[in-house]
Amino acid sequence: MTQRTGKRVFIKGNEAVGYGALAAGCRCYFGYPITPQNEIPEMLSSALVEAGGEFVQAESELAAANMLLGAVSTGVRAMTSSSSPGISLMQEAISYMAGSELPGVIVNMNRGGPGLGDIGPAQGDYYQSTRGGGHGDYRTMVIAPSTCQEAYDMMIEAFDLAYKYRNPVLVLGDGIIGGMKEPVTLWQPEKTDDKVEGWQLDGAKGREKRLICSLFLAEGALAQQNRHLLAKYTLMQKEARAECFMTDDAELVVVAFGSMGRIAKSGVRKLREAGHKIGLVRPITLYPFPTDVLADLAARGCRFLTIEHNTGQMVDDVRLAVRKHADSDFFGIMPGDMPGAEDLMAPMIDALGRK
Amino acid sequence: MAPDIDSIAPTEAVADSIDLTPMPGETLVFDKPESLRSTLTHYCPGCHHGTAHRLVAELLDEMQLREKAIVIGSIGCSVFIYNYLDIDAVEAPHGRGPAAATGVKRARPDKFVFTYQGDGDLASIGMAEIMHAANRGERLSVVFVNNTVYGMTGGQMAPTTLIGQKTTTCPGGRCLEREGAPIRMAEIIASLGGVAYSARVSLDSVKNIRAAKKALRRAFEVQTEGVGFGFVELLSGCPTNWRMTPVQANNRIRTEMIPYFPLGVFKDVATLNTEGE
Repeated sequence: MTQRTGKRVFIKGNEAVGYGALAAGCRCYFGYPITPQNEIPEMLSSALVEAGGEFVQAESELAAANMLLGAVSTGVRAMTSSSSPGISLMQEAISYMAGSELPGVIVNMNRGGPGLGDIGPAQGDYYQSTRGGGHGDYRTMVIAPSTCQEAYDMMIEAFDLAYKYRNPVLVLGDGIIGGMKEPVTLWQPEKTDDKVEGWQLDGAKGREKRLICSLFLAEGALAQQNRHLLAKYTLMQKEARAECFMTDDAELVVVAFGSMGRIAKSGVRKLREAGHKIGLVRPITLYPFPTDVLADLAARGCRFLTIEHNTGQMVDDVRLAVRKHADSDFFGIMPGDMPGAEDLMAPMIDALGRK
Repeated sequence: MAPDIDSIAPTEAVADSIDLTPMPGETLVFDKPESLRSTLTHYCPGCHHGTAHRLVAELLDEMQLREKAIVIGSIGCSVFIYNYLDIDAVEAPHGRGPAAATGVKRARPDKFVFTYQGDGDLASIGMAEIMHAANRGERLSVVFVNNTVYGMTGGQMAPTTLIGQKTTTCPGGRCLEREGAPIRMAEIIASLGGVAYSARVSLDSVKNIRAAKKALRRAFEVQTEGVGFGFVELLSGCPTNWRMTPVQANNRIRTEMIPYFPLGVFKDVATLNTEGE
């Protein structure tokens, strides 16, 4: 990453996603309207075209994700965005992209579910995001912003990671991140070499023809491909990142991601001021999951409280990470409810009292 | 959901090449196009995919498109087109070819991009994608093989199955009241504003194959000339799933298919206009 200087603007998280994509050199956007992420296609429908790129309002999320599949097969940077019900429709193409080892960035501004749910924020798509989401055995990288600045920064990171690993990357925000306005520094990254010359489809001129597919029928071929993908996912683990806040001497560690991580941080700060030994781990990458950070804290004797805007999903990963030394309590805000810092402090005080 | 493809032999197992070099004393009188690989296909005897592939390959050669061509494979018998054409290829999920092709073409407008789809892929599961790609006037060419059945999965009813035609999922014959009427895609596509060319041809006879090549050329030209969307429906035989000999299958195209699916050019315009005509 280069120095983070640039114009400072007051924008929504959804707009920050769009500006981040432009800064990352995204050339094509495909999408279908759905709340709460509409500012992304709305701003890119003009800004991306002005920058010489292509914008297509697709007939469905199904089509949008398959347009993405086609565009990235030619080695250009491309993306789509949606919210939960639309992301469900994209799972077909995401599975094919993972199987065909195609890069591509997919933004999910998570809303309440299941079904049509509501248009408010939620984190109910954690499982879908981190377990592949579609059919077959695969993983997508998942990064979760908690501020508008991070939404901008993570778009740049997402494109780099997608092409580095030739794998779909999900940016998992929610209705809070998407709709919230904050000052954002529009810094410009240095251009990354995506190393697409060896695989992109640009016509078989002066070389053998190329094929990008996820069909492996020959004896042993699919098993070999799955071994190859597994090796890649193992390699990805080094990208795991988390923000650790006041964990050095913490006895109770709160684990929360995205906007919940940010709200929880306010609660942790207040309880610190009141003299409690409490800290926060905010996973920044959800896949790969920052297992080591939590395992180390568990080995030190910490107790854990996982807070999510769902009925308990990431807590599985927290428990797996700390299982040799500890367990994790869980507190869930129901999708459909909108929590404040006090709502998240109550379970923290409760957990501190249980000692 | 994509059809089951377990029923066919593994890709590599059928991808044996044949040596076309003439033996001493032999004279080569009929060669394959450069864009067609020397790979044995997995198609059944009497299947018209081989004919359609050859026509496409001849045109890629003649129009000098091979080095800038990208084909989007579909799901069904023709999924292995990428083993038979000597051009870049990407596989799209079932029915999504026109969406994936849109992505390819928007990303690389200088390339020649086409899909090759069957009737289940295009006219059933992929109906939304074909309609909207055509309506947007994507500079794409679509080769649509209509043989009135799902071939690869074993001859189930397709959206193009004729009334009364027996398949494994309409064993009593397709019924108008229950399953609706077969869909005439070339006429529907012709009605959309972004379409520059839409035609239906047949592969049942030499005369019709020659006409088919002309239609395919035009569907390719409207892309290379930047006019609009090009579409060709090829009436094709599937002797295996029709439970017929290849000769009987060709006869069925003439006596049963063509009367319902009339041959002809339904749209051919030099420029698109706002009326969509």
